[in-house]
Amino acid sequence: MRKFLGVHITDKLNWSTHTDSIVKNAQQRLFNLRRLKKFGLSPKALTNFYRCTIESILSGCITTWYGNCSAHNRKALQRVVRSVQRITGGKLPALPDTYTTRCHRKAIKIIKDNNHPSHCLFTPLSSRSEDKMHSPRDFHILFVPRRSMLCEQRLKEQGVLGSFINIDEYILDLIPYDGDLLSMESEGAFRECYLESDQTSLYHTAKGLMTLQALYGTIPQIFGKGECARHVANMMLRMKREFAGSQTQILPVFDSLLLLDRNIDLLTPLATQLTYEGLIDEVYGITNGYAKLPPEKFAAQKKQGEVGKDLPTEPKKMQLNSAEELYAEIRDKNFNAIGAALSKKAKIISAAFEERHNAKTVGEIKQFVSQLPHMQAARSSLANHTSIAELIKDITTSEAFFDNLTVEQEFMTGVDTDKVNTYIEDCIAQKDPLIKILRLVCMQSVCNNGLKQKILDYYKREILQTYGYEHMLTLNNLEKTGLLKPQTSTRNNYPTIRKTLKLWMEDANEQNPNDISYVYSGYAPLSIRLTQVLARPGWRSIEEVLKMLPGPHFEERQQLPAGLHKKRQQGESRTTLVFFLGGVTYAEVAALRFLSQMEDGGTEYIIATTKLINGTSWIKSLMDRPEAP
Amino acid sequence: MAFITANWNPLGEAFYRKIELYEMGWSLRDGLKECLVAAAPYGGPIALLRQPQRPSSSARPQLEIYSSSGANMASFPVHTHTHSYTHTHSDTLIHSFSVCPSPPSLLFLQWKSGPVRQLGWTVCDDLLCIQEDGTVLIYDLFGAFKRHFSMGNEVVQNQVLEAKVFHSPYGTGVAIVTGASRFTLATNIDDLKLRRLPEVPGLQGAPSCWAVLTQDRQTKVLLANGADIYILDNTSCTPVTPPGLSPQACSIVNMTVSFSYKYLALFTDSGHLWMGSANLKDKLSEVDTKVRTPPKQMVWCRRPKSQQPSVVIMWDRLLLVAGECTDTIQYPLDEESVCVAELDGVRIVGGSRHELLQEVPSACQDIFKIASMAPGALLLEAHKEYEKSSQKADEYLREIKEQSVLGEAVRQCVEAAGYEHEPETQKTLLRAASFGKCFLSNYPPEAFVSMCRDLKVLNSVREYTVGIPLTHTQYKQMTVQVLIDRLVYRKLYPLAIEICRYLKTPEYQGVSRVLKHWACCKVQQKEEPDESIAHAVSVKLGEAAGISYSEIAARAYECGRTELAIKLLEFEPRSGEQVPLLLKMKRSQLALSKAIESGDTDLVYTVVTYLKNEMNRGDFFMTLRNQPVALSLYRQFCKHQEQDTLKDLFNQDDDHQELGNFYVKASYKEKKLEARLSLLQSAVDEYNKAKNEFAAKATEEEMKLLRFQRRLDEEKGEALLGLSLQETLHALLTSNFQKQAEQLYRDFRVPDKRYWWLKLTALAEKDDWEEMEKFAKSKKSPIGYLPFVEVCVKQHNKYEAKKYVSKVTPEQKVKAHLAIGDLEGAAEAAIERRSEGEISTVLSRCSPTTDRALLERLNRARSTAAKK
Repeated sequence: MRKFLGVHITDKLNWSTHTDSIVKNAQQRLFNLRRLKKFGLSPKALTNFYRCTIESILSGCITTWYGNCSAHNRKALQRVVRSVQRITGGKLPALPDTYTTRCHRKAIKIIKDNNHPSHCLFTPLSSRSEDKMHSPRDFHILFVPRRSMLCEQRLKEQGVLGSFINIDEYILDLIPYDGDLLSMESEGAFRECYLESDQTSLYHTAKGLMTLQALYGTIPQIFGKGECARHVANMMLRMKREFAGSQTQILPVFDSLLLLDRNIDLLTPLATQLTYEGLIDEVYGITNGYAKLPPEKFAAQKKQGEVGKDLPTEPKKMQLNSAEELYAEIRDKNFNAIGAALSKKAKIISAAFEERHNAKTVGEIKQFVSQLPHMQAARSSLANHTSIAELIKDITTSEAFFDNLTVEQEFMTGVDTDKVNTYIEDCIAQKDPLIKILRLVCMQSVCNNGLKQKILDYYKREILQTYGYEHMLTLNNLEKTGLLKPQTSTRNNYPTIRKTLKLWMEDANEQNPNDISYVYSGYAPLSIRLTQVLARPGWRSIEEVLKMLPGPHFEERQQLPAGLHKKRQQGESRTTLVFFLGGVTYAEVAALRFLSQMEDGGTEYIIATTKLINGTSWIKSLMDRPEAP
Repeated sequence: MAFITANWNPLGEAFYRKIELYEMGWSLRDGLKECLVAAAPYGGPIALLRQPQRPSSSARPQLEIYSSSGANMASFPVHTHTHSYTHTHSDTLIHSFSVCPSPPSLLFLQWKSGPVRQLGWTVCDDLLCIQEDGTVLIYDLFGAFKRHFSMGNEVVQNQVLEAKVFHSPYGTGVAIVTGASRFTLATNIDDLKLRRLPEVPGLQGAPSCWAVLTQDRQTKVLLANGADIYILDNTSCTPVTPPGLSPQACSIVNMTVSFSYKYLALFTDSGHLWMGSANLKDKLSEVDTKVRTPPKQMVWCRRPKSQQPSVVIMWDRLLLVAGECTDTIQYPLDEESVCVAELDGVRIVGGSRHELLQEVPSACQDIFKIASMAPGALLLEAHKEYEKSSQKADEYLREIKEQSVLGEAVRQCVEAAGYEHEPETQKTLLRAASFGKCFLSNYPPEAFVSMCRDLKVLNSVREYTVGIPLTHTQYKQMTVQVLIDRLVYRKLYPLAIEICRYLKTPEYQGVSRVLKHWACCKVQQKEEPDESIAHAVSVKLGEAAGISYSEIAARAYECGRTELAIKLLEFEPRSGEQVPLLLKMKRSQLALSKAIESGDTDLVYTVVTYLKNEMNRGDFFMTLRNQPVALSLYRQFCKHQEQDTLKDLFNQDDDHQELGNFYVKASYKEKKLEARLSLLQSAVDEYNKAKNEFAAKATEEEMKLLRFQRRLDEEKGEALLGLSLQETLHALLTSNFQKQAEQLYRDFRVPDKRYWWLKLTALAEKDDWEEMEKFAKSKKSPIGYLPFVEVCVKQHNKYEAKKYVSKVTPEQKVKAHLAIGDLEGAAEAAIERRSEGEISTVLSRCSPTTDRALLERLNRARSTAAKK
C-alpha cells in the first residue's frame, strides 16, 4: 500500500483504506464544527467552514477513486455529510453529485488541452458527437444471403449508397433448422424457378452445397431428378472444378446427395398433412420454428386457483424443435396416435413423481430432487402439447375437415377425378377460402394428369365469378407451373405411377406404422417413395415411372482423392442428403425420419430444402394479386 | 577445429565473428566512394547512385541495382534535372529484357529526374528514390518505373534536407526533414497518409542526427539537436534525457535504433557510446570509444534473445564493435563500406567484399570453443573418431551417455549447423547429429529433418548467382512464403518452383503462385506472337491447380494485348472471374455467355445492365433473345422497375398471353373506369391472338360486369364497382334488387346450384323467412334441402329450420336432425336407416342427460346393424 498525493493506493486497487482514513480524518474535524456551533455561529459560516475544511478532505482526488469504491464505503462517506447537515441545518451537495461535476470538469479540461496524455482518448468521442448533429444514425448494409449488384446500383441511382458506412454480405445459405434439417428459408424459390425461370435460388443452393462439402467432405455420389436438380448438379460440378486444388481434404460424412425438384411431385404438398407437426403447420402455421397458438387453452392450465384474472389475448408463441424431448418423440407420429402417446407419457411422468413416496434414504431423496427440474420441464411440456393436441383435435373432428380429407383421398385413389367434384362446387358456392379451393382443384388436376378442357374452364369460371376476376393471374400462374393443366394426352398416367410406386396403401397403420404412408393416412408421398426406391433396389427398377415424371434423372460421381474413401463397417448405415428444390413439407420430413429409423433401412437421411412449406403457404407464394390504385 | 574459431573475437562474455559472404562481382572504378547506397535487409538487393561532385551535364549520376553478391541487375544514368520523367524508355528496356529465368543481367536505366536525396527499399523489393523536391519515385528490382508520389506541397519550396526509409508493422514508410526543419512522415507508402509532425523548438536546418522508431503502434521520430533530445509524435514534441548519459558530452552526433526498435544507441562528441532501451527508460551500458570524430555509420548488432548489447560503429578506416564491457573489437577497414543492419548481425558491403559480422551463437560457441566439453562438442569429436574407425568414438559417446545428455548433444549439433555458412561445416555437424541420433531410441526427428531441408534451401539461395545471403534466423523470421516472393520478384522462377516442390508447399500457395507470376511476366514479352505465348502458358500451367488465369489475362490486357488476354481467359475455369475483364475489353457478348455459364445471376445482371447502357435498344433485345436465361432475368428486373420495357419485350417475342396478363395487371392500376376498360379490351385482343378463348371470354365478361356495376352505381347509388360477380349478386339480393340479380344470373349463366346457395344465404341474412319458404317451394332445390336447414341454424332460427327437415333426403336426414338439435328425430332416422356409422354419430352426440330408453334403443340398433 502506498500513499500518493494524499490518496492511499493498495495493491488490490480497492479504496477501503483510503475512505476509512478520510472518514476518520473528517470525523475529527466534525468536533471543531460542533464546537463552532456551540459558539453560536450562523449556519452560513458553518457551511463555509465545512466546505473549506471537511469537504476538501472528503473530495480530494475524488475523480480517481469514488467511481470505483464499494457501496459500503460510499455509505460511510455519505454518513459524514449527513451528520454535517444535521449540525449546520442546511442542505449540502451529496458526494455522488460532487463526483460527477468534478469528472465533467476534468473531461472538459482534457478535451481542451491538446497536450494532455489522455487527450487522444477523448477525440474520437467528441467527433462522434459532432457527427450526430448531422445524421443521428449510422447505417450499414449486410446483404443476406449474398451481395446483390442490382440492389447496390439501385441505391446508387437513388444517391444514398455513399451514406452507408459498411456494405457487406453475410453469406447465409443453409440454415440448420434442426438436427437433421437444413433450410434456406427462401420463400420465393419455387415461384422463381418454375414460374419466372429465375435461377438465383438455385445458384445459392449450389453455393450452399459447396460450403457444406467444404465442411463435411466431398459427396461422392449425386443423384437427381428434374430440370432444376440437373442445373444445380451442373453448377456444383463446375464449382468443384473452379475450386480445384484449394479444398481441404476431409473424410466425407455424406455418402450421397439426392436432388429432387418439387415439380416432380406436385401432389404431396397439396394434400393435408396428418402428422402432429404437419397438422400444427397446416392449422396454425410454423414460421421459423415458431408456432403462434390461440392462448385460451394455455391460460387455463397455467393459472390454477388464480381465477378472476382475465385471459391473455396475445397468441402464445411456442418454439417447436427437437430440443424439447417430448416434441421430438411425437412430432412425426400420425395425429391419431398422439392421444395414446401423450397419455402414456403422462403415466410415466406421474409415476416418476410418485416415486418420492418410495424415497426413503437421504440419498434417494437427493437423487429424486436432482431429477426434479427435468421432470418439471417434462410435465409442463406435456401440458403444452396436450393443449395443442386438444386444439387440433377440435378441428380434425369437425365435419368440414373430414369432408375435405375424404375428397382428397378420393382424388389420390383416383375416384372420379375426371368429373366436376360436387364438394368443390359446394365449397365455391359457400365461398370457402380460395386457397382451399385451389388446393383441391390443383389436386384433382394433378391426380388426373390434367383436367378435361371443359371441366377446367368450368372450375376457372366458377373461381373467377366467385372470388373476382383478379385471380385470372393466379390461375395463369398455376397453369404455368403445371399445377393446373388441360389434359393433353388421352392417357392418364397417374394410376400407373400410383400402382408402381405403391402411393396408396389401403391398410395404413397409424398407431404403429410400417410404411411411410402413415404420414398421410394412406398416401405415401411420391418424393419419399423415389428416395426409398433409390436406396433399395435402385432407380433402374422404375425407369418407366421416372420417364413419366418431368425432367431428366441422372447420376454423377465426384472423384475423391485417394485415401478418403470411406471404409464402411458391417452394418453401418449410409448417409444420404436429400435436397428438395422448391420446398418440403413436414410430413415428408417425418416420412424420411421414419425411413432413417427403420431397422433394416440401412440409410440415414439428412434433409435440406429451400423452404419448409405446406399447401397453403405454397399456393400463396404462387398467387398474384394486382394492387388496386 | 582451430580454423573455425580463427575469425572469432572475444568481447566480454561473447564472441564476434566476421564471415565473408561474397567477393563482390561488380566492377566499380572508385569503390563506393561518393555513392548513395541502399541495401535492403534480409540479404536484399543493393542500389547505388553515383553522385558526381559537381553536377554537370557531362557527368550524369548513374543508378545501378545489384544483388547482394554484386551481380548487376539494372543501372541507368541520370540525364537532366528536369521533372519530366518519360517512362517509355525504361518500359521498352524492360520488355527487351529477357524474362527467361537466368542470372540477372545488365540493364541501364536513364535517370531524368531531380537530384536524389535518399534511396531505400520497400518490403516487397521495390526501390524508392526520394528526390530533393519531395517526389518519391518507385522502381521495381529491374529498374522499371512503377509509380510516384509526393511528400507534400511544402517540400517543393523548402527542399528535402534528409530522408529515411523505415519498416514498420504497417509496411514501408518514408520520413523526411525539410529545409524549414519540419518532419513529415508516411507510415505506409501503399496507403499514403502524410503526417506533418509538430515543430521542434530551436531547430535550425537539419538536426544533428535523427532516427525513426515504431513504438506502441505509433511511429515517432527521435532527434538530437546538439545535446538536446526530442521525441516527436503526431501531436507533440517532448524533450527527453537518456538516463545516465555521461555529462562530458555536449552534442550527440549519431544515433541508431535496433532492428526491432527496442534499443537505442547514441554517440556523443566526446566519443562516448550510450546504449539503452528505445523508450529511454533503461541504460544498458556506456562505452568510451576514444574516437572523437563523428562516425560515418552506426548500426546495432544484436541477435534475438542474446543478452549482449553491441553496436557496430564505422569510421572511414575503422570498424569498431562496442558492447557492455569497456573493451572493444576493432577491425581496420581498407575500403569504403556500408553497414546493413540485420535481425541477427550486421552486413558490411564494401567495394570488393561482402561480409557478415555477428555474435557467435551460443550453440556454435559450445561446440567450437577451444577445449569445450559441451555435449555437442563431445558428440562432434566422437563422430570424428568414428569416421577414423577409432575406438575413441566409443569413449566419447560413453562420456556423453553417462551424463545422459545425448539428446542435448544432438540438438546442439543440429542448431549449430543452422548457424554455419560453410556447407562443409554444416555437413559435419549434421552427420554428427545423425550419428548421435542412432543411439537414442525415441528422439523426435522433426528438428533434424527440417534443419536439413532449411539448409538446402538456404544454401541454394546463398549461391553466388542468386545472391541472397540469408541466415537461418532471418529465414525463419521471414518465412518461406516471403522468400518465394523475393525469388519471384527477381524472376528466379525455376529456383522458386524447385524450392516449393522440395518443401512440399501446397500447390495453391507454392508452385501455382510462382507459375502465375511467371505467366504474368511472360505475357509482357512483346515480340512473341499471341499464339505461342498462350500455348506456352497453357502447357506450363496446365496441370497446376488453383491458377487464376484471369489475373494473367488482366496483365496481358494492361499491356495492350487484348487478343492474348481473350485466349488466356479461355483457360480460366471460374467463369465468374472472366466476366469483369471481358467487359473491360468490350467483349460483352462473350461476357454474357460466360456469366450465364457461371450460374451466378448477379453476374448476369452485371453484364445485362452493362449491355443495356452500351448498346442501342434493338441490338440489346436481340442479344437477350439469344440468351433465354438472361432474358428471363431481365424480365424479372423489368417487372420491378421498368414496366414499359417489359411490354416491349413481350411484344418482341409475340408472347400474347403474357401481354394479356400485362394489360390485366395494368388495368388494376387505373383509377378511371374508361381507361380500365380500354386496357381490358387490349387484354381481350391479346388473349384472342394467343388463342386463349377462355381468358378472352372471361375478360369480356369482366368488362360486362364492370359496365353493369357502373350503371347500377349511377342509378341506384350502390357501391358495387370492383366486386366479383358473386359479391355483386349477394349485394343485390340483400338489398332487394331481385330483378337485377335475376338478370345477372341469366346474363352470366351462373350455375343453378350456386345461385340457390347465394339466394339462400342472402335471404337468411336478411331474415326474410317468408321469402325463403317461397323460394324453397318455387322449384325442386338443386342443392337439396340440407343447406336450408344449416343456413337457418347458422342464423339461430331453429324454428324455421325445422320446416325444411322433412324435405331433406333420407341420406342426410340424420345430419339435419342433429343440426337442429333434435336427438330423438336423429335417432329415429338413424335406426330406420340401420346404418352403423350414423347410429354411432348420434350416440356420440348423446350426453348423460339423454333419455335412457333412447340410448338403449340406439345401442340395440347398432348391434343389430353391426351383425349384418
